[in-house]
Amino acid sequence: MCAKPKVVVAMSGGVDSSLTAALLVREGYDVIGATMRLSDDSRDFDAAADRGCCSLSAVDDARRVAEIIGIPHYVMNFRDMFQETVIDYFLKEYAGGRTPNPCIACNRYVKFEGLLQRCQEIGAAYVATGHYAKIERDAGNGRYLLKKGVDVLKDQSYALYHLNQKSLQHFLMPLGRYTKVETRQMAEEFNLPVAHKPDSQEICFVPHDDYKAYLEDKVPEALKPGDIVDVHGRVLGRHHGVPLYTIGQRRGLGIAAKTPLYVVDLDMKRSRVIVGENKDVFVQGLLANDLNWITIDELVEPMQVTAKVRYGTKEGAATVTPLPDGSVKVMFEEAQRAVTPGQSVVFYDGDKVIGGGIIVKPLRR
Amino acid sequence: MKHIYLDNAATTATDLAVAAAVLASMTQAYGNPSSLHYFGQESRRAAALGRRQLADLLGARPEEIFYTSGGSESDNFALKGIAWANRQRGNHIITTEIEHHAVLHTCEWLEKQGFVITYLPVDADGRVSVESVAAAITEETILISVMFANNEVGTIEPIGEIGALAHERGIYFHTDAVQAVGHVPIDVEALHIDLLSLSGHKFYGPKGIGALYVRRGVRIEPFVLGGSQERNLRAGTENVPGIVGLGLAAVKAGEDLKGETARLVNLRDTLIEGVFEKIPDSKLNGVRAGRLPGNVNFSFAGVDGEALLVNLDLSGIAASSGSACAAGSVDPSHVLLALGLTKSLAASSLRLTLGRNNTMADVEAVLEILPSTVARLRRLAQPEKMK
Repeated sequence: MCAKPKVVVAMSGGVDSSLTAALLVREGYDVIGATMRLSDDSRDFDAAADRGCCSLSAVDDARRVAEIIGIPHYVMNFRDMFQETVIDYFLKEYAGGRTPNPCIACNRYVKFEGLLQRCQEIGAAYVATGHYAKIERDAGNGRYLLKKGVDVLKDQSYALYHLNQKSLQHFLMPLGRYTKVETRQMAEEFNLPVAHKPDSQEICFVPHDDYKAYLEDKVPEALKPGDIVDVHGRVLGRHHGVPLYTIGQRRGLGIAAKTPLYVVDLDMKRSRVIVGENKDVFVQGLLANDLNWITIDELVEPMQVTAKVRYGTKEGAATVTPLPDGSVKVMFEEAQRAVTPGQSVVFYDGDKVIGGGIIVKPLRR
Repeated sequence: MKHIYLDNAATTATDLAVAAAVLASMTQAYGNPSSLHYFGQESRRAAALGRRQLADLLGARPEEIFYTSGGSESDNFALKGIAWANRQRGNHIITTEIEHHAVLHTCEWLEKQGFVITYLPVDADGRVSVESVAAAITEETILISVMFANNEVGTIEPIGEIGALAHERGIYFHTDAVQAVGHVPIDVEALHIDLLSLSGHKFYGPKGIGALYVRRGVRIEPFVLGGSQERNLRAGTENVPGIVGLGLAAVKAGEDLKGETARLVNLRDTLIEGVFEKIPDSKLNGVRAGRLPGNVNFSFAGVDGEALLVNLDLSGIAASSGSACAAGSVDPSHVLLALGLTKSLAASSLRLTLGRNNTMADVEAVLEILPSTVARLRRLAQPEKMK
């Protein structure tokens, strides 16, 4: 008689995490559902804001699913940790002229550390999430591996690169074996009430997904108007605040020009937005720091990899070279578009995640 | 698995006889008390009896009882009703930092309407000092609101002295007695109380009904407008089943208050002493003597309160900690913070509240499970950090 171990499923109220819970119950695990409370209850009733991930109605959805599949469900308070490691980080990065990825910070601190700790405290051997990624063990050397999910379009491994040998052994991601089409179908077969709920695409703590209004509200002092200049320093127009622009952006510049203009660089110190032609948005390499390694313990010599500089792009062949101060230089075979300080670069070996880090600055050749 | 209920401060099981009386009122004597006819008269009589029974528990007159939907409504009614009706006489209200959110949030709302609120601090045991109340009184003070006993830490406040002081100065005195009614003896005359909030489901009565005691002569603004029920102060067809149930609950509470108190105190003290003996580094929150007979509240250094609650629930012990947010997760208690606990210690607290349903076997079960759970959590909380 082999009772499977206890696993806590992080349930956002969405179809993926709901299906994850149902699948693990079917596989015989002792499942407990948990929804993380990340941001503040709005004191004023706001129907639109209540629809996003981890909102009150999301908690209700998770509870309903838990009831249907017959597992206990708890709501766990991670508000302080989320405020500190995600929201404050988000605001600080934008105020510094960088473009952060708050989901990567949330995964790193709130999920892989905070939630894991809390789940171990309630006796769980594993934490499961509905991510489209795979966690496996290398048959040869026994190392834990993070791999892409089978659905190329839906693969979420990019946002998970902060998993490490310690945390990987405690996480389960059952959906990595399936495509999105298959999971929706399975969710229907399980009769999950959220089977047809649209996926949440926005930043979960920004009301109405309006990050500009959010920045205006939280860090107004960082939004000082300044000049928009071309790559030669010629002033072409005015901007409303460096943090409102992102590298590679074309819309919203308010400049009439012969050829389309794109944001090429952001200069917070001099409060300037630098624009250029599309070709100027492409760079050959980048510097990255704050690295995490999965398939290796550390990088001691240059390595051939494929690397991804943003969630939505395809990997490109590149060489990663360690630098004395612990950061790395990444040079691509083909120039990459819109390499953005604050975003993450993630290194792959086929479908295995080697590791990743935060982009410090692009390198032009 | 057997579940042991130790969260009687959150709510109590409705007494079976009370539930039967409620059902009978719903299905047999169901008329609207405002109706002229036989059915209305029958309901009116039932409600009148319930009102007398509740008034007796407080030492009040039946016509001074006004039914509401519960403690929160009674608190809103008292504060907004007094503030509004007396705003020409003054705009200052004195209350404490450890009141229930129904009082605190109403006060915050009143501040937005132009009233001035003084939130008095409490000492490390959760007691407000009569001197501090006296010192806060000004020419503009129209109301003093101090809870009878605190729901988190059980500390019973010096209500009689504050009442006497308020009476002397001609200021209305309200007490949120939601946790105290039915558990400690209350005489609104002797204690000089002008307004008192209570809630049925805190002393084995039905949920969804409470009352505000308003002394005859107190100037208060109607809270719900509409029909003329509750002397035009709180419109709406009376919740007769609730009133009947609440009345019977009041009778039962008054019947053996002394005996039940002694029984609970014995269970409570056994639990408190057992925790001190078996769990190192435990802190009892609230006064040791002069606390509600069923209330136990501890902080365990180095333990996450939410994790502790979930562990206990998975082991069959139902307790609470802090206050629940709308989603149902745990927020650190503002009361513990007001008592001077650090945020970390406040987040490491556990409240166990005993009631009629509990026996010594329950206390023993807790003393069996709690120490090892705390020890395990303390061990887990010493990480080498991940990475």
